[in-house]
Amino acid sequence: MFTKILIANRGEIACRVIKTARRMGIRTVAVYSDADRDALHVEMADEAVHIGPAPAAQSYLVIDRIVEACRSTGAQAVHPGYGFLSEREAFADALKAAGIVFIGPNPKAIAAMGDKIESKKAAAAANVSTVPGFLGVIESPEHAVTIADEIGYPVMIKASAGGGGKGMRIAHSSAEVAEGFARAKSEAASSFGDDRVFVEKFIVDPRHIEIQVLGDKHGNVVYLGERECSIQRRNQKVIEEAPSPLLDEATRRKMGEQAVALARAVNYDSAGTVEFVAGQDRSFYFLEMNTRLQVEHPVTEMITGIDLVEEMIRVAAGEKLRFSQDDVKLNGWAVESRIYAEDPTRNFLPSTGRLVAYRPPEEGADGAAVIRNDTGVTEGGEISIYYDPMIAKLVTHAPSRAEAIAAQARALDAFAIDGIRHNIPFLSALMAHPRWQGGKLSTGFIAEEFPDGFAMPEPQGEARLRMAAVAVAIDHLLNARKRQISGQMREPDAVRFASERVVAIGGGAIDATVSELDEGPVIHLKDAGQEHVLPVISSWRPGDRVWHGTVGGARATMQVRPILNGVRLDHAGASVEARVYTALEARLMALMPEKTSADTGKHLLCPMPGLVKSIAVVEGQEVKAGEALCIVEAMKMENVLRAERDATVAKLLAKEGDSLPLDAVIMEFK
Amino acid sequence: MRDIIDKLEERRVQARCGGGEQRIAAQHKRGKLTARERIELLLDAGSFEEFDMFVQHRCTDFGMDKGDKIPGDGVVTGWGTVNGRTVFVFSKDFTVFGGSLSETHAQKITKIQDMAVKMRAPIVGIFDAGGARIQEGVAALGGYGEVFRRNVIASGVIPQISVIMGPCAGGDVYSPAMTDFIFMVRDTSYMFVTGPDVVKTVTNETVTAEDLGGARVHTTKSSVADGAYENDVEALLQMRRLIDFLPANNLDGVPEWPSHDVPNRVDMSLDTLIPDNPNKPYDIKELILKVVDEGDFFEIQATYAANIVTGFARVEGRTVGIVANQPMVLAGVLDADASRKAARFVRFCDAFGIPIVTFVDVPGFLPGTAQEYGGLIKHGAKLLFAYSEATVPLVTIITRKAFGGAYDVMASKHTGADVNYAWPSAQIAVMGAKGAVEIIFRADLGDPEKIAARTKEYEDRFMSPFVAAERGYIDDVIMPHSTRKRIARALAMLRHKEAERPWRKHDNIPL
Repeated sequence: MFTKILIANRGEIACRVIKTARRMGIRTVAVYSDADRDALHVEMADEAVHIGPAPAAQSYLVIDRIVEACRSTGAQAVHPGYGFLSEREAFADALKAAGIVFIGPNPKAIAAMGDKIESKKAAAAANVSTVPGFLGVIESPEHAVTIADEIGYPVMIKASAGGGGKGMRIAHSSAEVAEGFARAKSEAASSFGDDRVFVEKFIVDPRHIEIQVLGDKHGNVVYLGERECSIQRRNQKVIEEAPSPLLDEATRRKMGEQAVALARAVNYDSAGTVEFVAGQDRSFYFLEMNTRLQVEHPVTEMITGIDLVEEMIRVAAGEKLRFSQDDVKLNGWAVESRIYAEDPTRNFLPSTGRLVAYRPPEEGADGAAVIRNDTGVTEGGEISIYYDPMIAKLVTHAPSRAEAIAAQARALDAFAIDGIRHNIPFLSALMAHPRWQGGKLSTGFIAEEFPDGFAMPEPQGEARLRMAAVAVAIDHLLNARKRQISGQMREPDAVRFASERVVAIGGGAIDATVSELDEGPVIHLKDAGQEHVLPVISSWRPGDRVWHGTVGGARATMQVRPILNGVRLDHAGASVEARVYTALEARLMALMPEKTSADTGKHLLCPMPGLVKSIAVVEGQEVKAGEALCIVEAMKMENVLRAERDATVAKLLAKEGDSLPLDAVIMEFK
Repeated sequence: MRDIIDKLEERRVQARCGGGEQRIAAQHKRGKLTARERIELLLDAGSFEEFDMFVQHRCTDFGMDKGDKIPGDGVVTGWGTVNGRTVFVFSKDFTVFGGSLSETHAQKITKIQDMAVKMRAPIVGIFDAGGARIQEGVAALGGYGEVFRRNVIASGVIPQISVIMGPCAGGDVYSPAMTDFIFMVRDTSYMFVTGPDVVKTVTNETVTAEDLGGARVHTTKSSVADGAYENDVEALLQMRRLIDFLPANNLDGVPEWPSHDVPNRVDMSLDTLIPDNPNKPYDIKELILKVVDEGDFFEIQATYAANIVTGFARVEGRTVGIVANQPMVLAGVLDADASRKAARFVRFCDAFGIPIVTFVDVPGFLPGTAQEYGGLIKHGAKLLFAYSEATVPLVTIITRKAFGGAYDVMASKHTGADVNYAWPSAQIAVMGAKGAVEIIFRADLGDPEKIAARTKEYEDRFMSPFVAAERGYIDDVIMPHSTRKRIARALAMLRHKEAERPWRKHDNIPL
């Protein structure tokens, strides 16, 4: 076994590999760029080597630097994580030449599977069912259109070297193929340094189901069940689970055996993932094979009890697999949410900046469930523009799917992040979504269920009452303290605080009275004629960011942010401002005029900090709603900003190459 | 007896009606509350005791003796409590003679002012009025003068707060102007010495009341107001919050309540607050919120001269004043506006015995003709003066830059601060390395290599807290994560600080 390994990655995956290595008694070496000097993976590793400036192309993607870092530290093997160099044949080759073990499959397997076109040929040869498409290299937009016409629409254009949805486009017409081809090619070139793309049939209403395989250098290959990753946004996975609610035992076995057959065909000797697109009828087609550890591997680990990183290290060291297919048992259900630095209410635009608060829920047992949080950041860390905007992967494991989802929802409620925008509200809303809970998934789920994007919903029903009760309990606690301020007058009647209150919550109001018991206040709510008595027990104190406790005997977790004269509460996928008034205050508040915010329709504001790539209009030009105005690049993603209504461009205030902050005015309209 | 008692109740009901239902409805329609409703919101329920409810004006000119004599005469006065602590209050009643000030109206206010000073309790004035009662002429002017004089006598003895909740023009503006704080309500309040009509006549300038003296003008341009709120209720609830921070007077010391926060709470995220790049800004408010009790901070003048942050917070349940350079705005530079803003805040804290915690990250004073012509020298001197004359406990933390004269100004050891700490990231120097090298090694300017080497040399020597620490200008270099604990201990140690000054009538701050 190795005594020292280097992790050629950053962020959560580097931390995750270090954890396993440490448990196995292996020393670890981290590498870091200028932007990651203070990163968690650097702190966790036994040693750390600086490998260059912030852009990945000058640090994490420079093979020579990594090899040199191995040499200087004496690392015997390299774990590549995912992304970066993990599927570069050249990297595996370079390590081999330097006598360093690559903790991953052999270079030939990477070559065979890493290229999406080659892999399809191999899959077809191994009798794996595949999607109709053109497997050759496409030369021009015209060529792409001809091929697409042959296959029949819709088709998908994908980067040959790509993964994780980058450089992937769906086209419904020849015109869209022509346009998408050029864009996919340029994105492929900028993201992967390889501009080859290919075209294949697009399956309608598909589900994304993938099989985890694991092989050793002795010809043994097993499959570790499936993961379903159908909840995607723009082909980027958002929620993953294992097992899949779609599969039955027979389909699982069929998919597993095909995956193993493919792995055997290329002498696969590490952890890998065979991705399938599945129809609602449980038909399935090979999509691609990822010759690396997958982002969503933890859900498989949770239901199999197998540490995939440990197995990768062991097989890389030449050990035989310690278990056979019959030993693999799936136990319970695991759900993973990817927590991204992106604003769900602003079309998921990336958000960067300092993590002013970062308080994940506590890992470990939570009733019958287990919480696991794979993360690479700490409070005070920085989400930079240079890398993937994923902050953490929150995983819950429980005996049943429903329990795993409930645990995930609670854990999301307890996950506090400030300083950047993030998608936790959206994830919470997904967890509460009946269609998700019912397991009726497809990769179009988000586009279908949130056609107009995501707006933070106001709480309804019981969640609303719970939040009102907590708001009253918080107000009660603050009032109790005010009663203890120094310098009070002596009066025959001490300061009286009315026990009658009105909770202004969202647009509505709920009458409340408070009575006191030893263990905490009892909140009596009167809402639309209905009375509710909710005892509230909590150890929450002013300044705490997360409220844990019970409301009416049921566990509840919510986030608390102080606002002027009240609190903002986030709970169960909803967010609301709550202010607790006395009856007098409420009566007078009702007399106050409602104010509307100022009109911003006359300006195009920069929706995220980024670089102006191009401006498509000139001053005086008339634009139609939906027309492209300019492209702003952030986090390597090009975002096309479009006109929201018909207008005339009055003035351009930014130019190509400008680096703009959030909400900077790009142009004015008449 | 019964009928006499009934009669009293009848007169009370009549007085409480102010200008009558119609006028009250009109007031509500404008989005404003009545004088009495405002007082009810400000004070603890049932605690208000009204004085002079039956006062009437004595004017007989211009038919004033013929119309209705409305009891109260356009202002409601009295006292009550805010969370049990005594507060005096007067509230202009727009429904009665437009809240205009008559001789008797002024007498009601001065009675309350006198009592507030005698009882050493804060006074809150709520303004919503049409200025002097013109029918009374000089009697009204005399009344104003009496109010102004009392504002000055009370200044520095009891906190005086003015809340502008409607028109406040002409003579009415000067009483608020001499109080400690002015707060406004957006869209329904304005303040100016001369209104749009006069402006038009005299200067031919056309301007709306909102653009001349609305809340936005006074909280961003003129600095007349210390804050603004969306409506009357929001504003008055926040006044209750502010009063909880303020001492009752200049002798009682700060109020205290049990803190739910731990004094020795460490915050590891502060260790990465200062960016690696010295030219990159960071938000000083994050530091303030993470250091003070429960993240509770009442900011004063948040939208004016935002390059310096001022406001009230608590440490171990006791009020402190916070002054901090804000690197997010103009790199935290000191300019005339920021200096004046902070100077006034420091003097308020000093007058009322509120300890001051200062966070320093200042690249210097803002250069330029606009600043020099605007009297930066004397405005900067105000802040220097204010810190130097302060005798309250002063705790200073230098987080990053403390350059040049601005280092001295920002509560340095030399001007009398008690405890001065620096973070390891602090750079206490006469100027940035680049500028310094270009002066010291002017001869080498043609040689970029030499200059780079000199710059490095200068950085290594001076761009740290240790040169200052070697001289004792800094008492200790502290870990950012332990800042709260160190501040809490310093304040505890300084609790009974006594600083004597030689007798003088008063100082002569460069106004």
